[in-house]
Amino acid sequence: MKVLIPSALRSYTESGWAEASGATLADVLADLDRRYPGIRFRMIDEQNRIRPHIRFFVGGVQARDLSQALDADSELLIVQALSGG
Amino acid sequence: MGLDTDQTTLAAARRVVLLVATRKGAWLYHGDPARGSWRVDGPHFLGHIISHVRLDPRNGRTLLAAAKTGHLGPTIFRSTDLGRHWKEAAKPPAFAAAAAGATGEVGRAVDHTFWLTPGPAAEPDVWYAGTSPQGLFRSDDGGISWAPYSCLNDDLLYRKWMGTVQDGTPDGPKLHSIIVDPRDPAHLYIAMSGGGVHESTDAGRSFRPLIDGLDVVEGFDRNDATFHDPHCLRLAPSQPDRLYQQNHCGIYRLDRPASTWQRIGRSMPAEVGDIGFPLVVHPRDADTAWVFPMDGSTVWPRTSPGGKPAVYATRDAGDSWQRLDAGLPPDEAWWTVKRQAMTADAQDPVGLYFGTTSGELWASGDEGRTWHCIARHLPEIYAVEAGEIAE
Repeated sequence: MKVLIPSALRSYTESGWAEASGATLADVLADLDRRYPGIRFRMIDEQNRIRPHIRFFVGGVQARDLSQALDADSELLIVQALSGG
Repeated sequence: MGLDTDQTTLAAARRVVLLVATRKGAWLYHGDPARGSWRVDGPHFLGHIISHVRLDPRNGRTLLAAAKTGHLGPTIFRSTDLGRHWKEAAKPPAFAAAAAGATGEVGRAVDHTFWLTPGPAAEPDVWYAGTSPQGLFRSDDGGISWAPYSCLNDDLLYRKWMGTVQDGTPDGPKLHSIIVDPRDPAHLYIAMSGGGVHESTDAGRSFRPLIDGLDVVEGFDRNDATFHDPHCLRLAPSQPDRLYQQNHCGIYRLDRPASTWQRIGRSMPAEVGDIGFPLVVHPRDADTAWVFPMDGSTVWPRTSPGGKPAVYATRDAGDSWQRLDAGLPPDEAWWTVKRQAMTADAQDPVGLYFGTTSGELWASGDEGRTWHCIARHLPEIYAVEAGEIAE
């Protein structure tokens, strides 16, 4: 699936869009990390929690659970939420 | 001061580089041989929150930088060519995952790496890291991969002493001041804000508190490490049995094997007090140390007392203190210096450096007698370290 990469993470992908595959949000992020080592830990902490200022959207709806199933035809948008000055 | 000729010659052949970590990136300032002019290299990691940058004194080339951003989780960047290229650590510091089905407090996550300490010469690839919330980590491969170190992070008593994020300092509770005894790699000191000073003599397999003699905020139990807030712990390089400490409640000295701290800040001027964050010890004279007092009264303004910044030096191990402010603003300067933001080089005479919360970098080439500003208008400075590069 196509994954929109926020500007803060483009040092890993060198592009605004990346490709990754997987049946769930967790699987897609794991695949993304295989392609771009280190990128997952910047978004997901060591307890498998989504970090406070990272948001995931699929089909315009926020995905809050890493186990959420994803459709391969949909797009995953990774968004950096506001985090102050 | 007891300098030997070989040490003096070695120091003269090395150039000083200042490693400045800020809330918005890192800068390197390369000094000329006389430390009179400084060439700026930066910004590195513009916009990243950089808590600490250290040069590996064992090879004079490897840099580690502790980083995070407002949006992203923490990591460590590594350079083996003095910052021309950086590569992210393959495995940054992270706590152990909570056991499946665990009840009670959920597992902790590293918010940021706050402190970096290179290991001793006998262990050339070892680095230690202290994190917020409090955690101790070690790398055995030069900073590429990191793992939790010792029992400390998950020990139930230590977790109680660490408290929660709500108990910590405004930027989060921190493990800092990781010190390796230069004579014995198994002998470690660490400090936690909050949580007190602790010592290990068995390579981290166990730690024990080292808090006797330290004051705590009025009304709390000084025998409980929970209530201790060491701001900065330093070992005297020329006399490794001597420790100095700037604490939330005063300035202290401890000469081992004694285990009761002596409050040497009592001899500071009453109108200035002995509250502050950084403390620096002379590299060759264990009786000489410098502090940067701040206003810790009422609501803790954390500014220079009265808006009149000054370094204070002791030349007699804390029996007396002298004000050193020549060249610093005489008044209306409402900044201060954080715990990692003051340091010394190993030259003769010793160069002293500090970075301010208002983004100024100050230097003294004569052990604090006179000061001049190297840089202004930087972001808030979190840390300043002096490294030395072989020419």
